[in-house]
Amino acid sequence: MRAFADLYRELDAATSTRHKIEALTAYLKPAAGDPARWGQAAWIVYFLAGGKPKQMAPTRLLRRLALEATGLPEWLVEESYQNVGDLAETLALLLPPSTGGEDVGLQTWMNERLPEMRGLDDEARYERLTAYAAALPDADRLAFFKLITGSLRIGVAKGQVVLALAEATGLDGPTIAQRLMGYTQAGRSVGAQDFAALVASGQGDAAADGRPYPFFLAHALNLPLDALPEKLGDPQDWIAEWKFDGIRAQLLKRGSEWRLWSRGEELISETFPDLGAVAAALPDGVALDGEIVVAKGVGDVEGIAPFAMLQQRLNRKVLTEKHKAELPVAFIAYDLIEEYGFDLRALPLQERRARLARLVGEARANGADALRLSPEVTAPDWPGLFAARAKAREIGAEGLMLKGREAPYGTGRKRSGPGERDLWWKWKVDPLAVDAVLIYAQKGHGRRSGVYSDYTFAVWSAPEGDPARALAPFAKAYSGLTDEEMRDVDAIIRRTTVESFGPVRRVTPTLVFEIGFEGIALSKRHKSGVATRFPRMLRWRRDKPVAEADTLADLRALLPT
Amino acid sequence: MSLIVARPEGLYCPAGDFYIDPWRPVARAVITHGHGDHARVGSDAYLCQQDSVPILRRRLGDISVRGAAYGETVELNGVRISLHPAGHILGSAQVRVEHKGEVWVASGDYKTEPDGTCAPFEPIRCHAFITESTFGLPIYRWRPQTTIAAEINAWWRANAGAGRTSVVFAYSLGKAQRVLALLDASTGPILCHGAVDPMNAIYRERGVALPATTSPAGLAKAAMRTALVVAPPSAAGSTWMRRFPDYADAFASGWMQVRGNRRRRGVDRGFVLSDHADWEGLLSAIAATGATRVLVTHGSTATLARYLSERGLQAESVHAEYGDEDVGEAA
Repeated sequence: MRAFADLYRELDAATSTRHKIEALTAYLKPAAGDPARWGQAAWIVYFLAGGKPKQMAPTRLLRRLALEATGLPEWLVEESYQNVGDLAETLALLLPPSTGGEDVGLQTWMNERLPEMRGLDDEARYERLTAYAAALPDADRLAFFKLITGSLRIGVAKGQVVLALAEATGLDGPTIAQRLMGYTQAGRSVGAQDFAALVASGQGDAAADGRPYPFFLAHALNLPLDALPEKLGDPQDWIAEWKFDGIRAQLLKRGSEWRLWSRGEELISETFPDLGAVAAALPDGVALDGEIVVAKGVGDVEGIAPFAMLQQRLNRKVLTEKHKAELPVAFIAYDLIEEYGFDLRALPLQERRARLARLVGEARANGADALRLSPEVTAPDWPGLFAARAKAREIGAEGLMLKGREAPYGTGRKRSGPGERDLWWKWKVDPLAVDAVLIYAQKGHGRRSGVYSDYTFAVWSAPEGDPARALAPFAKAYSGLTDEEMRDVDAIIRRTTVESFGPVRRVTPTLVFEIGFEGIALSKRHKSGVATRFPRMLRWRRDKPVAEADTLADLRALLPT
Repeated sequence: MSLIVARPEGLYCPAGDFYIDPWRPVARAVITHGHGDHARVGSDAYLCQQDSVPILRRRLGDISVRGAAYGETVELNGVRISLHPAGHILGSAQVRVEHKGEVWVASGDYKTEPDGTCAPFEPIRCHAFITESTFGLPIYRWRPQTTIAAEINAWWRANAGAGRTSVVFAYSLGKAQRVLALLDASTGPILCHGAVDPMNAIYRERGVALPATTSPAGLAKAAMRTALVVAPPSAAGSTWMRRFPDYADAFASGWMQVRGNRRRRGVDRGFVLSDHADWEGLLSAIAATGATRVLVTHGSTATLARYLSERGLQAESVHAEYGDEDVGEAA
């Protein structure tokens, strides 16, 4: 635990990428050369790469520990938690100073101690928890509590882990990236052999174990139309496609097996069994990159439903035939990464797409009805593409993707070659927006802890003058403000609080914000009758009085027809 | 009958007709210490501890101010006023007010751990105690100053070894001098921002030992790389910082106890070094006064008042325009 806690602290404190990579390499390099450390290193890499173990001890036991170990009243522990914004950190701060100095390896915790705890009843678990906490030195407590509350998040990007592992082993980045795919799958237990496989010399071979390729990720393009020619050059050098609003996934067919991997590297084949028919119609040795959407009809962009519909399917524990019929899914393929077992990533996109079109055509002829080909959106010039983009919402897309016609398939957000056209760009339509009133606030977590930074927004239920006019909450948002604005809003919330319900403060409505969102759909679960997708604050409208905020009718006018 | 009451101008003693740390101009102001939220301009006459006089003059300009030694009694309209060490910064004082056998003490800001740069906190017996509550939550538990000093010095040595300047952001009055006093000057040169220098001068004049400091202007490039710089938090991100080509920065404050605060500051390190009492410090100071009535000003007022009430004290929150609940620069 010591090595892990030290690294966690160091990474947590580092503010620059350079410091992070230095700290990672300083740990990984000696670990790679010392098999005795591989068991521990396997878990450390698991957490670094974003792996999330299940919660090992329920929150109520941790709260009980906080009460019994400190003798503080419950309300005071709760207040402390609200100020810290993180239960694990609150516990680490509240417990009396430790006298213990135990150092048990992370692999023992992950493979033995913590899984054993899960099988016990509450009393036995509590007993172990107190004993473990007492034996740990103060400095290791935060990492330990983070671990068992399942809230461990280390602020390193996967690319940084890849870089550090490459640096530590002398292997090239793409090989490491490939080996890391699927490493952090939920519920997985890792051991020394996994770390050994990660750092072994020689080239990686994804096909051998059914893992996906690292996804090539797009950068956001936020430029005005007249800046595009200079930035991107001739539009004919680019392939434009719709940016679909679904789940990015790789569909693999190897031997008789098929697998569906999400962009978050989760295996999701079982969530979408209806795509098994697509896989059945594909030849052996294929990896498709594309988007899963709920869609009725058969045309390439026909009947694509909003993301909310896909969400409904994701929320089902059991998927009945009825759901499958009501919410049918399609896989819109836009890239072919592997064909007949060969890695095609180095080929130009144009070539990959030509092969993809052929493959999709054949598969559809073989009964892959749910397989679609992402069509190329063409226009003679940038204004033409700009006009096409404006129609994205009509077909359920979020905008356009721009991909270099001649570019290879890259890894992560890195450019796939030396040129300006070796990146992918997502060129989204401007978000939908309304001016809304802040009515509730709550303190945030992590970076926003201790500050009233999570807000509930409302619009007017009726136009001005209507006696029934009231503020109707419709969305929660916490992102979009600068730190300085957040501090200002925090101060105003403290001054204008009317009442508190637990951690939530109701304030006198004085603040108006422009709230942007990517989509809007009818919803029975929301009081306002609508659900918004990705709501966030676009602008603080200091100029706008509360009475001039938008109404529910304005909001509903944005619903797709 | 309350000896001290809250008025829109500040804490007021009706019997003596004077205010303590008023936030609006008044006729007579007794000042606990020189931080900007306690010592404000515009009052006709000021009374403060004698070490605070040069600080007030420096910050408030040409004012009518009288200095008193710790323990010296000043009578105003039959009310006996005396000032006692609060351990917060140089010249910081608790104000003891006595009238017809009733004794009240207003703490201003205070810290219970002695730090060597100002007179250590002295508990004063009283009937009613007006306490601050800046860090009035049990999550605030300070480690000994020697431990924090070791952390700061180790961090400085590591930076100097890597050829990086170390920059510590600390409030220019009090915290900056406390940091200076903790430094191991053998590591490298110590530089101070122009806002810190005049305060250092006052501390030195009053006999507080601080290591030698210079200004960045006269220093060679190579020496700059092993230097430690003490600058006010407002210097972060300013053009003044451009003179340091490669540096690691840190913020010294009690707020650094919580990770979220440190991450919002965006500094490389947070040193948990506060000039205020931690939770245990507040409770022990309050207990040591023997007061049965406690008035809680700025900070986690409601929390501390409730906790004390549950323990049988007559405790209440009092509105005061100091520090506020927010992350205060003076912390």
